[in-house]
Amino acid sequence: MAEYLILINEDESSYATATPDVLQQVMEAHNRFAKQVEETGGSIVSGRALQPTSTATSIRNDVVTDGPFAETKEALGGYYLVEARDLDHALEIAKLCPAGFGGVEVRPIMAFDGM
Amino acid sequence: MADAHRREWAFVLAATARVAGDLDLAEECVQDAYVSALEAWSRQGVPRNPGAWLTTAARHRAIDVLRRDTTLRRKLPLLVEPDEAAPHQPGDPAGAGEGGVMIPDDRLRLIFTCCHPALAREAQVALTLRLVCGLSTAEIAQAFLVSEPTMAARVTRAKKKISGARIAYRVPAAPELPDRLDAVLTVVHLLYTTGHTAPGGGHLVRDDLVDRAIGLARMLCLLMPDEPEIRGLLALLLLTDARRATRCAPDGRLLLLEEQDRSRWDRAAIDEGTALVRAALRGGRPGRFALQAAIAAVHAQAPAYGDTDWRQILGLYDLLARAWTSPVVALNRAVALAMAEGPEAGLAALAHLERDDRLAGYRYLPAAQADLLRRLGRTEEAAQAYRRALELTANQPEREFIAHRLAEVTGSPPGR
Repeated sequence: MAEYLILINEDESSYATATPDVLQQVMEAHNRFAKQVEETGGSIVSGRALQPTSTATSIRNDVVTDGPFAETKEALGGYYLVEARDLDHALEIAKLCPAGFGGVEVRPIMAFDGM
Repeated sequence: MADAHRREWAFVLAATARVAGDLDLAEECVQDAYVSALEAWSRQGVPRNPGAWLTTAARHRAIDVLRRDTTLRRKLPLLVEPDEAAPHQPGDPAGAGEGGVMIPDDRLRLIFTCCHPALAREAQVALTLRLVCGLSTAEIAQAFLVSEPTMAARVTRAKKKISGARIAYRVPAAPELPDRLDAVLTVVHLLYTTGHTAPGGGHLVRDDLVDRAIGLARMLCLLMPDEPEIRGLLALLLLTDARRATRCAPDGRLLLLEEQDRSRWDRAAIDEGTALVRAALRGGRPGRFALQAAIAAVHAQAPAYGDTDWRQILGLYDLLARAWTSPVVALNRAVALAMAEGPEAGLAALAHLERDDRLAGYRYLPAAQADLLRRLGRTEEAAQAYRRALELTANQPEREFIAHRLAEVTGSPPGR
């Protein structure tokens, strides 16, 4: 098994304006996702949602600035660290991951020898 | 030896990759094996089974290197799954190694790995030529008109992604097979079309790419004999290629289907292609390659251009448009419609396509419009359309053809 990070990139404004009903549906989708991952034979190592980029602070060369590293319409809003057999399996899992206001990116975790 | 390189490379590399656990190492070992074969075969003669000889030599070399080089061993090994994952293991006697050991035919794993959808299309093409066809990076760079360092970087990056992202070395399972196979066939077809009408430069056909593409289609047909779309692709390539010798006049000028000398079409290729089309259509619900091949077969069967059965071609395009929603198909259907029902009907269908952004910059749209306008005697509009087509065309014989037609409708000599 190998580890992959699923980065959820979504349009933040869609969340800001979503009704409680919609937010409830998103929550349920994420709960379902956890079960679906198990069914594929993979597992979720960890997963978190982030507060919006309006709360982000960036630091470059010790200079602290308000805001995210790069301003984009779709921003990183959460992630799952998953265990999968190979990229195809990771992609199968990622396709199940809820990201209705955007999409996801799959990145393999780098393994270091002897650590 | 050149023959052994062309015929056995994919088999030897695919089987060595399984042992080497790394595509770069496998390539090196296979190259070494060819070098030692050169020496051994000139002394002892070519062995009965060159592929098995080379594979055994390359695998021994890989095992040696891995034994000595511990850092290499610690690299992320190629993810090889057990054999049962590959549904089509032919009982090919070429698999019998020295001493009768069966070497599994891993060529399908290799090509499916090279054409994995997580790799960019241009990387899929480059990897397929490098790993499956054994072309050098310089040759691939030349074929695609990019610099050698650019092509080398593209190949290296793709190989790194295969190991880094853990793209498995396997033939996809049944549920994903149709999509994955389509990606492989698309790459082979792209190789063919790149060779068939080279993207720039003086010669219309780059024979080597065309031959490689047909070779790959033949290999796939042999390894997955039950897939109608593979047959369809091979048929399409053979039927298109049967006209290769007649596509250009001796002075290099492009010749249209209606001008080509049909007596010089390759009958053997047409017969083989037509038989493959029949087999591909037999299964029902034909795919896009089988349908395109069927269209090519109708053209190939017409004794003269005037005998072309345009109604049948139009019917096949209708099926194709349903199997494959591509604006390029819609464009070709409009041309067939013009032939079956007259230029006005074709122009009306093309007018719809002008609004499709995906065709913006596609040279064959204004070229098709120009031709229909010319046939209707609307010379002023035809000239405008030819000029638009000329702006979008880089291939020299195609440019000359359009310039020639432009000169015809404007009544002035062609400027280059």
